Amino acid sequence: MNLPVDSLITSLKAKSKLIRQHIIKMITIAGSGHPGGSLSAVEILVALYFHKLRHNPKEPNWPDRDRFLLSKGHAGPVWYAVLAEAGYFPVETLWTLRKLGSILQGHPDMKKTPGVEMSSGSLGQGLSIANGMAMAAKLDKPAGSPANRDKANHRIYILLGDGECQEGQVWEAAMASAHYKLDNLCAILDYNGYQIDGAIKDVMSPLPFAEKWSAFGWAVKEIDGHNLNEIINAYDWAETVKGKPAIIIARTVKGKGVSFMENKHDWHGKAPSAQQSEAALKELQ
Amino acid sequence: MPDMKCTREACGNAIADLGRKNPNVVVLSADLAGSTKADEFGKLFPQRFFNMGVAEANMMNTAAGLAASGKIPFACTFAVFASGRPWEQIRNTIAYGQLNVKIVATHSGLSVGPDGASHQALEDIALMRVIPNMTVVVPADAVDAYKAVFAAAEYKGPVYLRLCRPKIPVITAQTDPFKIGKASVIRNGKDATIIACGTMVYHALTAAEMLSKQNINVAVINLHTIKPIDTETIVRYASQTGAVVTAEEHLAAGGMGSAVAEVISQNYPVPLEMVAIRNRFGQSGEGDELLKEYQLTADDIVKAVKKVLDRK
Repeated sequence: MNLPVDSLITSLKAKSKLIRQHIIKMITIAGSGHPGGSLSAVEILVALYFHKLRHNPKEPNWPDRDRFLLSKGHAGPVWYAVLAEAGYFPVETLWTLRKLGSILQGHPDMKKTPGVEMSSGSLGQGLSIANGMAMAAKLDKPAGSPANRDKANHRIYILLGDGECQEGQVWEAAMASAHYKLDNLCAILDYNGYQIDGAIKDVMSPLPFAEKWSAFGWAVKEIDGHNLNEIINAYDWAETVKGKPAIIIARTVKGKGVSFMENKHDWHGKAPSAQQSEAALKELQ
Repeated sequence: MPDMKCTREACGNAIADLGRKNPNVVVLSADLAGSTKADEFGKLFPQRFFNMGVAEANMMNTAAGLAASGKIPFACTFAVFASGRPWEQIRNTIAYGQLNVKIVATHSGLSVGPDGASHQALEDIALMRVIPNMTVVVPADAVDAYKAVFAAAEYKGPVYLRLCRPKIPVITAQTDPFKIGKASVIRNGKDATIIACGTMVYHALTAAEMLSKQNINVAVINLHTIKPIDTETIVRYASQTGAVVTAEEHLAAGGMGSAVAEVISQNYPVPLEMVAIRNRFGQSGEGDELLKEYQLTADDIVKAVKKVLDRK
């Protein structure tokens, strides 16, 4: 999109509001799901899908598309809402979330949902998969030039959860991304500070993040994960990083946009009642 | 005496030859590339070879990412670390997504020898065959292993290839067909059928020779594909011979014998005996000493055949 910055931001803000409404509605109708970590990642996905990502909803398997992976698979609702708004499937499909026969499974299933690049739900696996895709992109020749492991014709984006960083495999993968100099890879960390049992620092602290990722050989940028300007600038910054992978540590608010859900870990994985849903949607008008 | 060759070495040769023909073939190794023979490919095609270090879970998911991008990854390590350790990565990503990852699991079974129980995978067939979409192949010798690599590359979807450490006799011929899912009948007989896989196929043939001297004629089937299992051939031989003995370097629980029992009990029940390891871990020792200790020799197969004939 080549809109002037102000109108771009205005349009992305409106889209973010709509996505939040979809998230609340779909989880309410489903009767179960994960609102907290879906709401925290809205701007991150909106800025990606409606501004940065090279993709074509009419041709989800276009070989040169950029890839986005959701490693924190429980935030499926935000991905589904964004994919529907982008045109991968009708918005009405969102109301079938978690129902028997739906293309929208409780956690993402690559075999069922157009635009879902990889199944997830079991935490800790996404970054390794993203590495494999980034390696493949570097192996594939860009059109018209010789095979070269250092050139890639598309980029890989991956969203990680902060609680997810308790999984040891995340760090095995982090080591490998740097070892293979995967500068066509951009990770985003949804640092909302909470997991299902409480604050991440109380349950099992994975902090400090910036120092850890940096020590593993990554270029690190810390931003406000709800500020669309900062997010867009960070995606642009990641493209300029050469010879190493880049991670954007996005400070976010769990449950963002719904006052009674914000920073409450008990909204990690439960559906609002009809009454709560109505109150939430009123706030999101 | 037949030629002696390692299945892991044949597999390494095959992957290298495959790499020459198909630029989409890539190889990952969790260290150990010298032992798994993945290094042969690595020397020829360094750009398509990724040493992932001692991090098997990461290796399996990296292979998944490569497969999702159109590559044909062969992920190589010892069977214990190729099945048990990254089991959940294989289940939730590779198999659930039906991704085209080929898992090369060397050093399976007791014949690993002196390294002991920690390095002797005796449960990997069970762990892999229980997963939907997974294919499990156990070549009987080096010739079988070479063909299995090419067959796995042609086959769409995840494949677990179970190989062994020591040199074992070559008993199949270059000209024998090898098709994933199609059992290979290597000896005919009317009294009973021995169904074996991997290193135990040779011992099954030896047992058949010993039995023929006592006027007992047994068929021998090389069940190189445990999943999808060749129900048709198993049922045909169960009905023709009326008794079945299975032989494998694996625990009885959940292994190849269990898979055969599932087929026979539901389709054509006949007496069945299993030559397999009974609820024990392995231990250090030479391969042939261990086979004796765990009752996996040709003599043990002969005993099992006599036992099953008594039950006919």
